[in-house]
Amino acid sequence: MEARIRARVNLALTFFALLFFVAGSSPPRQFVISNAERRIDLSSHIINVHLTLKVENAGTRSASEVVLALTPTEVDHLAMVDASAIKGKRKKTTSVRLEVKPTELPDAPPIDTKYFTIYLANPLNSGESTTLEVLYVFTHFLEPFPAEIAQSESQLVFYHDTALILSPYHIKQQTTFIKTPSTKVESFIRMEPTNRVGTEIKYGPYEDRPPYSISPIHVHFENNSPFAVVEELVQEIEISHWGNIQVTEHYKLIHAGARHKGVFSRVDYQSRQSSNGASSFRYLLARLPPRVHSVYYRDEIGNISSSHLRTDSLKSELQIEPRYPLFGGWKATFVIGYGLPLQDFLFESSDDKRYLNFTFGCPLIGMVVDKLTIKVVLPEGSTDPSPVVPFPVEHHLEAKYSSLDVVGRTVVVLEKKNFVPMHNSHFQVYYSFKPIFMLAEPLMLASAFFMLFVACVAYIHIDLSIRK
Amino acid sequence: MATMPASASDLLKSFKLKTKQQELLIRVSILCLVYILAFITRLFSVLRYESMIHEFDPYFNYRTTLYLTENGFYDFWNWFDYESWYPLGRIVGGTLYPGLMVTAVLIYRILRFLRFAVHIREVCVLTAPFFASNTTLVAYFFGKEIWDSGAGLVAAILIAVCPGYISRSVAGSYDNEGVAIFALLFTFYVFVKAVNTGSLAWSLASAFGYFYMVSAWGGYVFIINLIPLYVLVLLITGRYSMRLYVAYNCMYILGMLLAMQIRFVGFQHVQSGEHMAAMGVFFLMQVFYFLDWVKHMLSDTKLFQAFLRITVTSAVAVGGIALGLGMVSGYISPWTGRFYSLLDPTYAKDHIPIIASVSEHQPTAWSSFMFDFHILLFLFPAGLYFCFKRLSDATIFIVMYGLTSMYFAGVMVRLILVATPAVCLISAIAVSATVKNLTVLLRSKNKVVQTGSTKGSGGSKSSSKALLDQSQPFQKNGAIALLFGAFYLLSRYATHCTWVTSEAYSSPSIVLAARGAHGNRVIFDDYREAYFWLRQNTPQDAKVMSWWDYGYQITAMGNRTVIVDNNTWNNTHIATVGRAMSSYEDEAIEIIRSLDVDYVLVVFGGVTGYSSDDINKFLWMVRIGGGVFPVIKEPDYLVNGEYRVDKGAAPKMLNCLMYKLCYYRFGEMMTEYGKPPGYDRARGVEIGNKDVKLEHLEEAFTTSNWIVRIYRVKPPNNRW
Repeated sequence: MEARIRARVNLALTFFALLFFVAGSSPPRQFVISNAERRIDLSSHIINVHLTLKVENAGTRSASEVVLALTPTEVDHLAMVDASAIKGKRKKTTSVRLEVKPTELPDAPPIDTKYFTIYLANPLNSGESTTLEVLYVFTHFLEPFPAEIAQSESQLVFYHDTALILSPYHIKQQTTFIKTPSTKVESFIRMEPTNRVGTEIKYGPYEDRPPYSISPIHVHFENNSPFAVVEELVQEIEISHWGNIQVTEHYKLIHAGARHKGVFSRVDYQSRQSSNGASSFRYLLARLPPRVHSVYYRDEIGNISSSHLRTDSLKSELQIEPRYPLFGGWKATFVIGYGLPLQDFLFESSDDKRYLNFTFGCPLIGMVVDKLTIKVVLPEGSTDPSPVVPFPVEHHLEAKYSSLDVVGRTVVVLEKKNFVPMHNSHFQVYYSFKPIFMLAEPLMLASAFFMLFVACVAYIHIDLSIRK
Repeated sequence: MATMPASASDLLKSFKLKTKQQELLIRVSILCLVYILAFITRLFSVLRYESMIHEFDPYFNYRTTLYLTENGFYDFWNWFDYESWYPLGRIVGGTLYPGLMVTAVLIYRILRFLRFAVHIREVCVLTAPFFASNTTLVAYFFGKEIWDSGAGLVAAILIAVCPGYISRSVAGSYDNEGVAIFALLFTFYVFVKAVNTGSLAWSLASAFGYFYMVSAWGGYVFIINLIPLYVLVLLITGRYSMRLYVAYNCMYILGMLLAMQIRFVGFQHVQSGEHMAAMGVFFLMQVFYFLDWVKHMLSDTKLFQAFLRITVTSAVAVGGIALGLGMVSGYISPWTGRFYSLLDPTYAKDHIPIIASVSEHQPTAWSSFMFDFHILLFLFPAGLYFCFKRLSDATIFIVMYGLTSMYFAGVMVRLILVATPAVCLISAIAVSATVKNLTVLLRSKNKVVQTGSTKGSGGSKSSSKALLDQSQPFQKNGAIALLFGAFYLLSRYATHCTWVTSEAYSSPSIVLAARGAHGNRVIFDDYREAYFWLRQNTPQDAKVMSWWDYGYQITAMGNRTVIVDNNTWNNTHIATVGRAMSSYEDEAIEIIRSLDVDYVLVVFGGVTGYSSDDINKFLWMVRIGGGVFPVIKEPDYLVNGEYRVDKGAAPKMLNCLMYKLCYYRFGEMMTEYGKPPGYDRARGVEIGNKDVKLEHLEEAFTTSNWIVRIYRVKPPNNRW
């Protein structure tokens, strides 16, 4: 409730401040957006906003930096922003990914509008236009209302936005489509022309809106998709040059939807599950790499026996079931571990280094990960580790002592906050390793046994008694 | 190439061992095999389920071990546990035997030091099998000490697989008994060794063995009473010797001083009635020694007789007066209820229902003797015969150990465990002696045929020769038949032991397994489901009320505060819970609120047919509750002395809290095809009260098979 009020206050503040500053200074005004279309997908708790902008250079100079504006609440929940330029005419379009960076604008309005700058591949000359596609992904943005529901109720959530696209540029024509998961929409704010058909609400088209114009709206609708959030995921990838990669994943899972209130009745849950516990979830699906072996699924108090593994040559699917169905606010922690063949993931680079090529991401499908930590445990004796990740992450080094380690293993720790499935991509960790180190541990064991036998032989042959 | 075979045979010849070396090699390899066998036969549950802690008490031990690893010894020693016995709490450091935990942590530290990245849980799970393996070694040496190395080997084999011992030492059964039986046998062995040799070193070792035993298990009382009894018997039978004097005095004094270091035991060695026998024998020993010395000094026998009379009378009188004074002044505490119930099997039933309610405290049925000992039960008397035939200080000890422990095993099921080593040793003597006699018979006959004279010495040989002369024709065949019979019996024993271990003693009892309709294995993991739910989804400081059986598990796995647990130190507190469970809901809620309870947990087997649930334990709650609060009367819950839950049940039964919590909304549930809704599969009846309404409690969680049901205590209604 509090968060909602804060969001509204923020929006209202933005609104007034913007009105005030509409005539004031603003970022380079040479662009005009001739057409903007926004499609907002609310079917799960990960919100995808696809924004198609037709940008026209109305200024006199050529320019290559297009600025996007977001409200502070949006920025707080923003998991990723991605932009690409569309080239070519109908049906033969190709998209080119563009670089997007958060920027500060010196002459921005004093309210905390945040900006992202898209760097166009080729500067746009005066009078030219181009089409940009922008994808925003927001998490934790739907606000359950009522905040607490009983077992038999379904989950209703609020979505707050503005009917007009917040932009530092003049927008000649804009339309917004909001897609809800079902036709059950409790209420939404109209701003004519507004039209609702089936699961889609259409705002617009609105003509000729000046920069920074907004119009707050909200949609109150039913969303029973599992609000499964991994609060923390620690993934440990341990490389053994003897042919195995051992992956251990520690999950802290929570149902981030409307909190469960009152009774949990098993008899209702068992007999009428569609109407009882509609927003709860029982099963999770993890997509693991192919040729996975020795999979386990357990928690602090032991093995969890409810899991199924299906493997084929392309992928492995692990269906897991937490010990109990998760209702709003309920938590579960568990560990998934598996082994992988080394040759699928470890390669030698041209400069005589080795590198691990692994997926940066959470194997559980459709999960938001608030904090993702990946620890790559390199074999003992490896040097100069350097990670290569396609997006910015924090990283540092640690040491770990596993079985029979003397000097400890180097651990490359990569941390990413607010991770969504769209981030899934490959990353590499390069390191140098001398194969002779592989023999250290077997030799150690062998010499220990040798010493033991020598001691036994010595004990038998040496008379230790004092009496002669 | 052609010369190779010759050189190889030369090499073989040079490697050829002497008979003695061969014997040593065989002995060592048998011992190694037995050592491994004892370990792996206990791993059924790990292979079948997982590496997990079993049952109830081990969970407490595991939790304390975890605490010890995380916080170190001093914190552990001073640990006051707020999470159990709310609101009283428990001084854990002062009320447990730390031997097990310290042992496990020591093993853990050593493994860590050797760079093995093991988890403490694995160490805990495998502690009991590891110590069982060590026990086989001790049994070998013990057998060797009292009889010969053959008997030692047989004893090691027998004890390695004996179900009576396996029942408490399978992997995961992380309980005091796991290490205590090792400590017990070790103490006895070293003490017998000390008596046999009169060596101070051995008696010192026995003092330390005793110290380890005291630190590990309350069963040390058996040692501190059996050894004095043994000494007394030796004194009476005129086997007093200087060796005995050294062994006992050193062991008693040092053992007592060491035992006082354990906080839970403290000064009991000088203050409690159970330990007075040892002290009495100690003083008697001094009097004996003194008299011996006087006798040595005085040549006049008449004078000595008079002196003897005076000394003995005065010594007995002084002892009696001291004991009487101690008892009256309260310095020496009287015997505890548990001790009484050992001496008088009916005592607990009449006076302490909480002891009688535990299934492992029941008197032993014949079938369980058969189940746990199998052929040892028949070999035991035979072994006693051999022991009496070759009476020595050591065999007297094992006979006394066997007889007393067999008596205790008859009193309480769980004490079969204590009797097992003795039974194995005595049976091993029987097996070894019989087999030896038979083989000697076979061999000596050959010798008769070959040389016509026997060179060997020894009673058995000459007697066999005498027999030989009488019945020459059937002698050999008879011996062969008997040998085969013995080996057949022993192989049956091995099969039986494996079967019992696999079927009866390898279930973790946290996870229940059953066969599904298609013959597949169905796992009921409801306990952990509920405990993990508690751990994750209730406030950190939530107080859970349940029957005491589940207390340790809730604190260890659920990490929540409990009202009562398996350390049944406060009978009144348990009775309060029993009273709450057996009252009507509106009376119970008063008790529940006064105990500041947030959740009530019950175990219910009506859906799955799980019979050891709270409804079947309920009469004990009534009895224990009624023992302290006379408002609870057992007949109110019975109909004509019969306990039932269907329509014919007593009205109080149908409306008490336990009934309501177990059967809440159960009346709507179809459990079995062709039966009415609300059919209780554990008891095979349709329940009597299907319309259960709860006023002050609400269902918070029920596991998928309904085995554990958790209720939330609603806050009181607002006054208007």
